[in-house]
Amino acid sequence: MSKINFLRPDKENLNTFLYLGSLLFFIGVLDVFLNSFFNVNITGFLPKLLSFVVPLVIGFIGLHFIRIEHSGYKFLDSLNKNINTNGFNAVLSLLIIFVIIKATPPILSWFFVDASFAGDSKDVCSGTGACWTYIKVWFNRFMYGMYPNAEQWRINLSFISLALLGSVGYFATEKFKKYLTLYYVVIYPFIAFLFIFFFISGGPVFFDFSYGIIAAVISIILGFFIPSRFKFYYFLIVPLTIYIVLKYFVFYEELIELGKLDGLNWVETGAWGGLSLTFIISFFCLIFCFPIGMAFALGRRSELPLIRYISVGFIEFWRGVPLITVLFMSAVMFPMFLPEDFFIDKLVRAIIAISLFEAAYVAEVIRGGLQALPRGQYEAAKSLGMGYWKMHIFVILPQALKLVIPGIANTFLALVKDTPLIFVVGLLEIVGMLNLAKTNPEWLGFAMEGYVFAAIIFWIICYAMSKYSYNLEQKYKTER
Amino acid sequence: MNFKLQKIVPQLITVLAVVLVFGFFSYNAQVNMENRGIDFGYGFLSQESSFDVQFSLIEYDGSHSYFRAYLVGLLNTILVSVIGIIIATILGIIIGVARLSPNYLINKFAAFYVEFFRNIPLLLQIFFWYFAALRALPLPQDANAIFGVFFLTIKGLYVPAFVWENFNVFFYSIVAVIIAIVVIRIHARKVQETQGKQLPVLWISIGLIFILPLLSFLIGGVNLSFEIPKLKQLAATSYRYEGGLNLPPELIALTLSLALYTATFIAECVRAGIQGVGKGQKEAAASIGLNPNQVLKLVVMPQALRIIIPPTTNQYLNLTKNSSLAAAIAYPDLVLVFAGTALMQTGKAIEIVSITMLTYLSLSISISILMNWYNKKIAIKEK
Repeated sequence: MSKINFLRPDKENLNTFLYLGSLLFFIGVLDVFLNSFFNVNITGFLPKLLSFVVPLVIGFIGLHFIRIEHSGYKFLDSLNKNINTNGFNAVLSLLIIFVIIKATPPILSWFFVDASFAGDSKDVCSGTGACWTYIKVWFNRFMYGMYPNAEQWRINLSFISLALLGSVGYFATEKFKKYLTLYYVVIYPFIAFLFIFFFISGGPVFFDFSYGIIAAVISIILGFFIPSRFKFYYFLIVPLTIYIVLKYFVFYEELIELGKLDGLNWVETGAWGGLSLTFIISFFCLIFCFPIGMAFALGRRSELPLIRYISVGFIEFWRGVPLITVLFMSAVMFPMFLPEDFFIDKLVRAIIAISLFEAAYVAEVIRGGLQALPRGQYEAAKSLGMGYWKMHIFVILPQALKLVIPGIANTFLALVKDTPLIFVVGLLEIVGMLNLAKTNPEWLGFAMEGYVFAAIIFWIICYAMSKYSYNLEQKYKTER
Repeated sequence: MNFKLQKIVPQLITVLAVVLVFGFFSYNAQVNMENRGIDFGYGFLSQESSFDVQFSLIEYDGSHSYFRAYLVGLLNTILVSVIGIIIATILGIIIGVARLSPNYLINKFAAFYVEFFRNIPLLLQIFFWYFAALRALPLPQDANAIFGVFFLTIKGLYVPAFVWENFNVFFYSIVAVIIAIVVIRIHARKVQETQGKQLPVLWISIGLIFILPLLSFLIGGVNLSFEIPKLKQLAATSYRYEGGLNLPPELIALTLSLALYTATFIAECVRAGIQGVGKGQKEAAASIGLNPNQVLKLVVMPQALRIIIPPTTNQYLNLTKNSSLAAAIAYPDLVLVFAGTALMQTGKAIEIVSITMLTYLSLSISISILMNWYNKKIAIKEK
C-alpha cells in the first residue's frame, strides 16, 4: 500500500478513497434527508450556522475523494464526468441534491398527504395542505364558465366530435391524403364554426354569416367557369355582390325564425367561460391569424411599393403595442367606429383583435422563412413559366412554411398563453373564473389551489404543443 | 402596357380598400360622437385630473393635470420594465450558461426552470405571486427583519432609504469614471494595434470604479446615511412602517413574474448564442496561442453577442409590453392610470387609447431602429 495523499486522490489507493468518499457523501446526504423528512437534526449540537454548512462540507470532501479519473468502474467514471468534474461543480451538484431533498416533503405534504379531497364544503379543508375539494366543487365553473349546467353536454359533445373529426388525418388512407390540406384548412374550420355557432351558442341557422357562406359557395362554384385571366377581379367583386343581393332582396326575418333548432336555447357569449372558452378562442384565433399573417408576409415581400408599405405599417403597428391595449381598443374604442345599429358580439371582437395581433407575429415568422429561401427557387419557378400565385403556392410557401415550423409553433403557444387577457373585455376564461371564485365569500382563501390547478392545465397544454412542434420539425426536416 | 396595368391595379385596389375602411370608421366615429355629444380633442390633458394614484415616482395628486397622470403612469411602466430587465438579464445569463453546463444536475435544473416558467401564462404567474404567494406574508407587526433593515410584509417590502449629502459631487465622480474608462479603452486598443501589447483594462477599470467614488467620499464631502424603516403603531391593531422606501406588493409581484418569465427566453437566447459559435473557432483561437480567457473575450464573446443581442432586445421589448398586464393587479402603470382611470373619468376613448398605443409604439419603434443600427454595425463585414 503506497502513501496516501488526501489532497490528491489517486488510483493506487482507489478502494480506500472510494469507501471513505462514499461514506462521507452518504453521511452528508443522510443528514439533510433525516433533517427534512423526519425533522431529526444529527448535527444539532453544533452552532446554528455550522450545522447548516456541515453536510455540504462533508459531502464536498466525499466527492473530492471519489474524483479519480479512469478508475475502471464504469459507474464511478460516469458519475465523475457528469456531476463531479471539479470542486465548483461538486458544490453545485450537492446544493441541488440538498434542495431537492429539502423541497420534497413540504411539496408532497401540501399536494397529497395533508391535502383534502373528499367532501363538498369548505369545512373539510382545515388541514395545512391543499384543498382540492375547492377545485372539485368549482370544477364545472372552471371548465364551462357560467354556461348553464343542464346544457353543458352541448359543449362536451361539440368538443368530442371536433376532436374526432380533427383526428381524421391519422386514419386517412393513401388515396385521401392529398385532400387532407383542403380538409384541415377549409372544411374542418367550417365544421368547427358550425358546431360552435349553432350548437354551443344555439344560434339560428340563417344569419348574416350564413349568407356570406352561401355567397362564397355560389361564387366558388361559378368561379370554375371563369377564365383564369379574370379570376382575380371576379373574386374581388362577385362574392360581395351575391351577399348584398341575398341579404337585402331575399326574405330575411322569416329565414331566421325558420332556422332555429328546437330545444337548443340561446346561450349568450357572456355566459361562456372557463377552459372551454380558452379552447374556442385559441382555436379560432389560430385559424384566422395564419392566413392573415401569410397574406401580410407576402405583402411585405411584394414588389409593389404601396402594398409593401401598407403591410409594413400593419405589421409594425400590431407588433409595437401590447395585446392588452389592443383588447382595450376592441372593447371601448371599436364600437365607436361602427354604425350605431351595428353590434358585434364581444367574443367576436376579442377574437378579431387577438387574431390581428398574432397575425403580425405570424407574418414576421413567415417572412423569415421566405427570406431564408435561396433566390434560385424563385428564379427556377419563374423560368418554368409560373405566375406569382402558382409560384408561391406550389414552390415557395411549402418550403418556407417547413422552415418556420418552430417559429409558428412559438407564436401559437404565445397565443394560447395570451387568452387569459380577455378579462379586459369582460370574458372570463379559466384564470378569470379563478379570480371570480376566489372572491366568493364562502370559499375565501383558496387562491393558491386555484392558480396551481390552472398552472398545471396550461403547462400540460403548452408543453404538449411544444413537444409536438418539435416532432413536426424533425419529421419535415429536409436536407439541403 | 398590360404589364404596367398588372402592377398598378392591385395596388390601387388595396389602397382603395384601406381608404374605404378608414373612411367608414372615421365617418361612423364622427356620427357617433355627435350623437352622444362628445367632442374630439386633446384639450382634456391640461384639465385637473381629480383622482389619486397610489404609487408614483413624481409628485402627484388629484389637483394635477391629466398629462401629469400620464407621466406618472409612464414612469411607473418604465420603472417596472427597467428593474425587470435587469433581473431577467442576470437570471437569464445564469440559466443560459447553466443549460450548457457539463454537470448533469445543473443542466437538468436549468432545463426544468425554462420549461416550467415558459409554459405557464404570464398573467397566471402574476396572479399567483400577487394573490397567493405575497398574501401569505406576515402583517407589518409580525414581520421579521432581514439583515435587520429589510422588512418583507403583506404591505410590501420596506427597504432603507439613501440619504445623500452633496450627491452632485458623487454623481460627477461616477461620470468621471465612465469617461476615464472609455478613454483608457480607446488608448488600450491603440496600444494593442500599434505595439501588440495588452493593457490590463479590466483591472484598471475596476480600480477606477472603486477609487474615484471613494475619493469623493473622503475629499468631496459626500456623505451617505440610511434611513431605516421603523414600526409605528397607528391604532390598537393597525401598524405601519415609517421612513425608508416602500416597494408595494403590486410592484414586487409584477417585477418578479416578469423577470422570471422573461429570463427563460433570455436563457434560450444566451444558449443559442454560445452554441452558435463553432467549435473550430475556439480551437483555432487556442492554436494561435491565446489563453482560455482571451479565447472567451476576444473570439467567443464577440461572435456569441452578435447572435444573442438582437433576440434579447426583442425580449426586452416584450417585457416592456407585458408590463401592461399590471392593470390586472392594480399596479398604476400607463394602461391602468391612463387607459383605465382617466378614460373612465373623461370618456375620451379614442384620444386616450390612441395616446397609449402611440406611446408603446414609439417606444418599440425607437428601440428597433436602434437595434437595426447596432445590427448593421456588428454584422460580419465580408470581403
